Amino acid sequence: MDIGTFLVQCLNSVQYGLLLFLVASGLTLIFGIMGVINLAHGSFYMIGAYMAFALSPLFGDQFLVMLLAGIALAAVLGYLLEWAFFSYLYQRDHLQQVLMTYGLILVFEELRSLLVGNDVHGVKAPAWLDGSFALGELMSYPWYRLFASAACIVLAVGLYWVVNRTRLGMMVRAGASNRDMVRGLGIDIRRLYRIVFAAGVALAALAGMIAAPMSSVYPNMGASVLIICFVVVVIGGIGSITGALVASLLVGFVDTFGKVFFAEISGMGVYLLMAGILIWRPEGLMGRKA
Amino acid sequence: MTSRYARTAFAALALACGATAGTAQTTDKLKVGLMLPFSGTFSALGVAIENGFRLHVAEQGGKLAGREIEFFKVDDESDPAKATDNVNKLIKRDGVDVIVGTVHSGVATAMARAAKQSGTLLIVPNAGADAVTGALCAQNIFRSSFSNWQSSYGMGTVAAKQEKKKTAVTITWKYAAGDEMTEAFKEGFEKEGGKVVKQLTVPFPNVEFQALLTEIAATKPDVVFAFFAGGGAVKFVKDYAAAGLNKVTPLYGSGFLTDGTLEAQGDAAQGLLTTLHYADGLNTPRDNAFRTAYAKSFKLQPDVYAVQGYDAAQILATGLKAVKGDIAKKADFAAAVQKATIDSPRGPFTMSRAHNPVQDIYLRKVDGKENKVVGVAAKALADPARGCKL
Repeated sequence: MDIGTFLVQCLNSVQYGLLLFLVASGLTLIFGIMGVINLAHGSFYMIGAYMAFALSPLFGDQFLVMLLAGIALAAVLGYLLEWAFFSYLYQRDHLQQVLMTYGLILVFEELRSLLVGNDVHGVKAPAWLDGSFALGELMSYPWYRLFASAACIVLAVGLYWVVNRTRLGMMVRAGASNRDMVRGLGIDIRRLYRIVFAAGVALAALAGMIAAPMSSVYPNMGASVLIICFVVVVIGGIGSITGALVASLLVGFVDTFGKVFFAEISGMGVYLLMAGILIWRPEGLMGRKA
Repeated sequence: MTSRYARTAFAALALACGATAGTAQTTDKLKVGLMLPFSGTFSALGVAIENGFRLHVAEQGGKLAGREIEFFKVDDESDPAKATDNVNKLIKRDGVDVIVGTVHSGVATAMARAAKQSGTLLIVPNAGADAVTGALCAQNIFRSSFSNWQSSYGMGTVAAKQEKKKTAVTITWKYAAGDEMTEAFKEGFEKEGGKVVKQLTVPFPNVEFQALLTEIAATKPDVVFAFFAGGGAVKFVKDYAAAGLNKVTPLYGSGFLTDGTLEAQGDAAQGLLTTLHYADGLNTPRDNAFRTAYAKSFKLQPDVYAVQGYDAAQILATGLKAVKGDIAKKADFAAAVQKATIDSPRGPFTMSRAHNPVQDIYLRKVDGKENKVVGVAAKALADPARGCKL
């Protein structure tokens, strides 16, 4: 593999890894802070992708406006879901959470089937991101993929800043370690949870919207992303945003290069990575020891 | 005057009734079980197959070999896990005489097993799994469509011999149909002196191709052969063009890469060469008549799937005529079908020893929104029927 190909494959890896991070960060936030294992998180990704499919004809080239509208819709959905379902799950054990959120997956899939059917749909990238730029003589790289990477980087930085540098982030981190103490300090923990949950849903849906023009929109797309995101969360260490970022990029690289070099067993690559890391560090890369 | 006419008419009617009663061998209806995808990604294909089948029955006056048809329908959901249960609904619960199905290769393989065990007549109107007319072949199993091997082998020979390509990369979904198609391309390509330098796969039904496109660009083969279908085919052809590869390395495919997808693929698909046993603009009297009749009956343009459904009914009619409607005579039924030439819209074909069509494989080129015929990639190509002991 020459250096040019290697660099392009690195771009591909980073782009895939960053997209995973958007979904996985929400998953790990919701688990780390509220202790909820949310199997339905992949469905939010799917909902995002279908939102892009439904909204893109309305917004046309106003792609960024569409993303904002989508984030708002998803956040409202997340807020309502937290109020209607998830707020009852905090005190339950993990088995009940898994059953309940698995039920939600079935509900979302059925709704999707009723509303838009089971066909595979393509979503058009906006005209201003159409086309690609030449990378030497090797090949051209689509502008849209660069945009996707850039958008994910902006969000990752923003998320890091919110969690580590703001008052809201401080409350979130405190709530994760000791909710009674936080409540004792006069902070409305229920509202805090609701905000975090809505943000998690919005992140997953945003990832789905960004992914839609690159990977099509199809039934069960949520399930496949959910599994890989659990791998990311486990590798990174449960509840750690930084861990999720490192793990997402690792998975991106292993998956991309695995597909090219070990096509026959490429499906296994990330699981081997997970197994290896768990042997070395059972709590994950950035996880705290239990 | 009027009364005499009436009397004659009555007499004729009575005679006609007597004649029918006298010659009808079996008066009860022939039970035909349609096990097709009526929901999901392949639902349009299932509908086209059923339409085609019903069109031929309607053209025969609603009866095949004098027997009226009663339909039983099961949606197979393209789910191999439910295949055995679904096919047993038709065989055991409904007691059908014939099963027609299906699209998905995995489901069809399970159906072939059940048909082999129960002895129920099975006609496969799409699924190309080589095993159906290979290792699983049986006296009572027929296919009106193609084998995966057939649809891609010809492309391999054309690529090497006619287009003078030396090296190729194949790319497909990692599942049975994908493996069979790309292996068949490799067989044809290497037999004519080409060399497949790399075989790339993505998990089914994944459509994230970017890393593999980069790999293709780096490998710089003379040609790329791809098998994808439906939404995956749309995505692949568009991504291939977006990566600028279509300007450097021509893309060839089995016909499913561009069948029923051209509307969505647009400019990205222009000029692609594919092989299939059917094409747009065959412009034979037989095909034109079929297309007109189909369009009239269903207010839709027919496609390859409609042709396969239509021919499934033709195969059934051929065998049924030979045994005078007595479907229990399986050996005679099979012998008659094997001897026959089916007058298909795709062009006449015969049935091989393993009951797969021996047919011309067309070379097609995408022109606007049509897969236009530009030649014949393989004349009267017979599936090798590996593993079949008939």
